[in-house]
Amino acid sequence: MRLIDYANPTRFLGLVGVSLKWIAAATAIAFAVGLWLVFMVAPADYQQGETVKIMYIHVPCAWLSMFCYVTMAGSALGTLVWRHPLADVSAKCAAPIGAAFTFLALVTGSLWGKPMWGTWWVWDARLTSVLVLFIMYLGLIALTETIEDPIRAARAGAVLTLVGVVNIPIIKFSVDWWNTLHQPSSVFRMGGSTVDASMLVPLLVMAGAFTGLFVTLHLAAMRNEILRRRIRAMRLVEASRAE
Amino acid sequence: MVRRTVSVRSPDGAPARDESRLTTPPVDRLDGTELTLDRGGRRVFADLSFSARAGRALIVTGANGSGKSSLLRLVAGLLRQTHGDLRLAGGDPDLSIGQQCHYFGHQDALKVQLSVGENLAFWRAFGATPGLGVGEALDRVGLGRLIDLPAAYLSAGQRRRLAFARLLVAERPIWLLDEPTAALDAASEAKMIDVVDRHLAAGGLVVAATHLPLGLADPDRLVLDATGAGRAA
Amino acid sequence: MSALSALFFRELKLAARIGGGAPMGSLFFLIVVTVVPFGVGPDMRLLARIGPAILWIGALLATLLSLDRLFQADRDDGSLDLVLAGESPLELVVLVKCLAHWTATGLPLVVVSPFLALFLAMEPVAIAATTATLAVGTPALTFTGAIGAALTVSLRRGGLLIAILVLPLTLPVMIFGVSAAVAAVSEPVPFRTPFAILSGLALFAAVLGPVAAAAALRHGGE
Repeated sequence: MRLIDYANPTRFLGLVGVSLKWIAAATAIAFAVGLWLVFMVAPADYQQGETVKIMYIHVPCAWLSMFCYVTMAGSALGTLVWRHPLADVSAKCAAPIGAAFTFLALVTGSLWGKPMWGTWWVWDARLTSVLVLFIMYLGLIALTETIEDPIRAARAGAVLTLVGVVNIPIIKFSVDWWNTLHQPSSVFRMGGSTVDASMLVPLLVMAGAFTGLFVTLHLAAMRNEILRRRIRAMRLVEASRAE
Repeated sequence: MVRRTVSVRSPDGAPARDESRLTTPPVDRLDGTELTLDRGGRRVFADLSFSARAGRALIVTGANGSGKSSLLRLVAGLLRQTHGDLRLAGGDPDLSIGQQCHYFGHQDALKVQLSVGENLAFWRAFGATPGLGVGEALDRVGLGRLIDLPAAYLSAGQRRRLAFARLLVAERPIWLLDEPTAALDAASEAKMIDVVDRHLAAGGLVVAATHLPLGLADPDRLVLDATGAGRAA
Repeated sequence: MSALSALFFRELKLAARIGGGAPMGSLFFLIVVTVVPFGVGPDMRLLARIGPAILWIGALLATLLSLDRLFQADRDDGSLDLVLAGESPLELVVLVKCLAHWTATGLPLVVVSPFLALFLAMEPVAIAATTATLAVGTPALTFTGAIGAALTVSLRRGGLLIAILVLPLTLPVMIFGVSAAVAAVSEPVPFRTPFAILSGLALFAAVLGPVAAAAALRHGGE
């Protein structure tokens, strides 16, 4: 069986039915190991103390906020170029999950920053870019939710997603430019290359766990969306037969 | 102190009621005398007189643009005549004529975001005198099985029938029907005629604008001609 | 259930359903607040100082732009004719529609404003004061905006026209809203004076708005 055969929604549902619980279990184990590493093994930062542990949530969320958008962009190509029946389901379902991870990245960034900066928010280049990404996610969700017909909604959403892909580097560059223009020295840089191995391993495990969470949620949401569309189709048939 | 009200309700939530008479104050006749209507600088009709009696339908016919819809909107209180007089004998003196009319125009007044039942339940609650229960009204127009379906999924004919069911859930003595059978098939048309006949039998008053030969038994007729003058036929 | 409470709950339901647009106002509010720092620069002290004004302008625009469908949706599907010929007084119908619109669109603006205030590094006292002024002031914006929505009900592209018609009428609300919020953090003026005037303006709008909008709707139908 070729990979493309799984793209049939019915086969996809069968596959998800079998694999979802294993993926969910693996995610749960990864979280257990990751949290144990974070709270029992990883050292506290000599400057930031225990606050640094927010990083283990923040960085994976920030990573997923981008990964999710890449998933959506791939799905958007699938929708527009190959007219693939699963691609628009995938894009539609990834958007709220992406928005949720972006929101978490913003909130954890804000919580992390509070002891450092003394305020909940600074217009730091990186945080600002994440905020713009969050708004773009919400705009996409608003667009696809407003259009009632799923196929038209998917097309419109796909166009907007790809426009976003083209624009994101430009936005990122502009925000960096704007930020350095006003603020010669940035207050705070997270991540960077100087992360010690004792922190890097828990971070990678947590990133893996969060990615597993994304895959679980995404597959479950796709299954629900396929079922929802079938119900919609059945009700349309029901309406036309109800004489 | 705790007060309890107990009411007996039929399964779809509506109190049992007698349908053979309207519960609103009885109307006798609706008379238009030398009505003239101008809209946007154009004379729609002039010196139009008519009389509609309770228990009988008044069928208004005429070419496109002869002012059938405008006449119904005028009776419904949505337009005001330039001169002339519109009088209702009987009815509720505290309400205007428009407030005692069900205006069934070209638009269906449905919210596609709501279900069939929710649409109807709203009009039932919004009217001052509740009529049939939602489920029963839907059965009358043949939509009983679709009560939970979003109104967006309905066909044009189904939307029309749902809109018509609004006349049943809130009671008003005068029905103004503008092309009531447009978009309906023969079976639905027969159902609608049956509903209108029942309303007439219960003492209601119906004014219908239509080109179609509505099968309402023994109607009065009013023919509007293109020059804007009307005559009773 | 009485006619007016049925109307209130139906309006809320419509706003909350897909395509109802209730969350759009808050999203637009977020975007307006986010855009300002890109214009004036990320200077936290400056942002904190103009924060109440930014929040008020954001709430004003979000309210006005969300109002264009207040009566137009009902006109498009024919419900407006039935409401006009209804037994309930049109002024009360408009009042109830405004209250439902505010609950679905204005109240969320009030709820998110403290969070948006964090972006602007506002002090807790200023945040509380601005939220309080928005809670009192946004209903006034909705009631005043309803007049514009009623006047433009028959126009295809009423959205911008509503803003043009209504913005001058909302200036008093804006002036006393912002000055009350600013007065809470700066010394000379007490908070209570402008806040009391703002409350008075809100009550005035709650009467004038429905009466004027109902008159506009009655004449617009002919």
